[in-house]
Amino acid sequence: MRKAFLIAVPYLWLLLLFLVPFLIVLKISLSDIALAIPPYTPTLDVSAGWQGIREFFAALDFENYVFLTTDDLYWKAYLSSLQIAGVSTLITLAVGYPIAYAMARAAPEWRPTLLMLVILPFWTSFLIRVYSWMGILSSEGVLNQLLMGLGLISEPLQILSTNIAVYIGIVYTYLPFMILPIYAALEKMDESLLEAAEDLGCSRLSAFWLVTVPLSKSGIIAGCFLVFIPAIGEFVIPSLLGGSNTLMIGKVLWEEFFSNRDWPVASAVAIILLLILIVPIVLFQRNEQKAREAEG
Amino acid sequence: MTSKTLGSVAVLALIAGAASAQEVRVYNWSDYIDEALLTQFEEETGIDLIYDVFDSNEVLETKMLAGSSGYDVVVPTGTFLQRQIEAGAFRKLDKSQLPNLDNMWDVVSSRTAQYDPDNAYSINYMWGTTGIGVNVGKVTEILGEDAPISSWDLVFDPANMEKLAECGVHFLDAPAEMIPAALNYIGEDPDSHDPDVIAKAGEVFEPIRPYIQKFHSSEYINALANGDICVAVGWSGDILQARDRAAEADNGVVIAYNAPDEGAQMWFDQMAIPVDAPNPEAAHTFLNFIMDAENMAAASNYVYYANGNEASQEFLVEDVIGDPAIYPTPAALENLFTTTPYPPRVQRTVTRLWTEIKSGV
Repeated sequence: MRKAFLIAVPYLWLLLLFLVPFLIVLKISLSDIALAIPPYTPTLDVSAGWQGIREFFAALDFENYVFLTTDDLYWKAYLSSLQIAGVSTLITLAVGYPIAYAMARAAPEWRPTLLMLVILPFWTSFLIRVYSWMGILSSEGVLNQLLMGLGLISEPLQILSTNIAVYIGIVYTYLPFMILPIYAALEKMDESLLEAAEDLGCSRLSAFWLVTVPLSKSGIIAGCFLVFIPAIGEFVIPSLLGGSNTLMIGKVLWEEFFSNRDWPVASAVAIILLLILIVPIVLFQRNEQKAREAEG
Repeated sequence: MTSKTLGSVAVLALIAGAASAQEVRVYNWSDYIDEALLTQFEEETGIDLIYDVFDSNEVLETKMLAGSSGYDVVVPTGTFLQRQIEAGAFRKLDKSQLPNLDNMWDVVSSRTAQYDPDNAYSINYMWGTTGIGVNVGKVTEILGEDAPISSWDLVFDPANMEKLAECGVHFLDAPAEMIPAALNYIGEDPDSHDPDVIAKAGEVFEPIRPYIQKFHSSEYINALANGDICVAVGWSGDILQARDRAAEADNGVVIAYNAPDEGAQMWFDQMAIPVDAPNPEAAHTFLNFIMDAENMAAASNYVYYANGNEASQEFLVEDVIGDPAIYPTPAALENLFTTTPYPPRVQRTVTRLWTEIKSGV
């Protein structure tokens, strides 16, 4: 009884905060645009009874999804988001792994302080941190002034309003999400395994690749998911740091929702984005499970 | 203390609590009021004022169409107001609660009636034009003394834009204003709703697109004032605010605004009360306060936008009432055009074209 109750809590949570909102968005994606409050039709009229419910379902269709295939803007935006999120995730991993590694190898009395330093940026609003990057990267900004002062460049670099600024913003913002799970995995690692590997003739480098990296795999995967998933739908960073030619699905969604007031198409865009994210994750987990079963 | 007095004290406290909890929530454009007016309103009326800001009509409209915004007063531009009235987003004004309506200026009211027949749902807050702000020093340095700073040629002629790109050009991220401006430039009807005509605006932007640093609707105020950019296509009062900030900073930047000779768009920001406003009575109090001649003049003197309040004109400083960039001469008024809202299908064409202009896709 108690066990069932304990399991019910997370399921109820998922149901309320994931499944219900998902169904609402799915329903809007099957609706039609209207000039009303809310700006789509049909809305469920329970007072009309069974007849009303039947009419409601009869009015839903997939034409918004068909519409998405008629314009190459959408798949280009999905692809470009995938690319920006993918590249940013790799850069975050390349930057985050050494940091996590150094933290895990630091003297134990230092680790809480280092952990604190990684979390510290969260004490400042995300928006303010992104805005301060605008101050750093702009053509009159700190970075350009510094480089020009050092005589490394004679003309200010145009970084702000380009994709490079978006990459910098994403990597900076999501770095802690990469470091923390990798650190957690590395910290648990038994160092005697490395000694054993070296005793058996591994160089330090190959011991790193053959022992440390596989043992931190779960941390790497968790970190990559934590960075990739929010990055792909990112809106704030590309709109503040990116230029007018930075194409990301978050911005396309914004335009559908705000400029066109087309909630149904905006919802269809969101549902497809969800599928793009969920399908590979589910496949991946299945694969992992199979591998685990094969081992067991 | 008997239980009876205790009870009446509690009731008194409740009444007092309700009175002090009276509040009005206003959602207005950013950089669009003298904040001293906000405290003045609270002192005069005892109503708590909660003041939020936005920088695009689209954001406001989405909140209105979603419903339950929680705001008592909002400030959409005429074309957006018209569509939101159709959607049933606003409450009709109770004009008996608005004695200061007598102060309004028929030159403006007659034009706003185009969006809001009989001005039944809204009062005019400010109006202005969409034109070009330039950093005079930088632009004349690049294009020479005879730079066409009062012509759309400055920003729509690729030859000029190619040179200006090095010092930075911003455009408003507002298709409903930028597309009419481009159509007007090539001699088409700026208010055209014909997709084939609208497409021609894309051809105007195509060659100049690489030279536009950013499309944004509020950043240009600071960017112009700091000298980060040298040209901005923007709203009259915003550019004049940039001019003032630059003058105050004494940083050598001189900004000038022009509603171009070929014609510029005239727009009206209207205050209206959402249909589900929690406190419509306080909203009327706020509207009446704003329509007070001296208050309205204080607002205009601060933000450098013209208002629709005739009685306020005697309180306007010469910098405002005497500046043709703010209060155009009657001849210049002739040159200004207005637009009407796009129907949904055309809106999609416009947004799509705008995305193409901005991103090349």
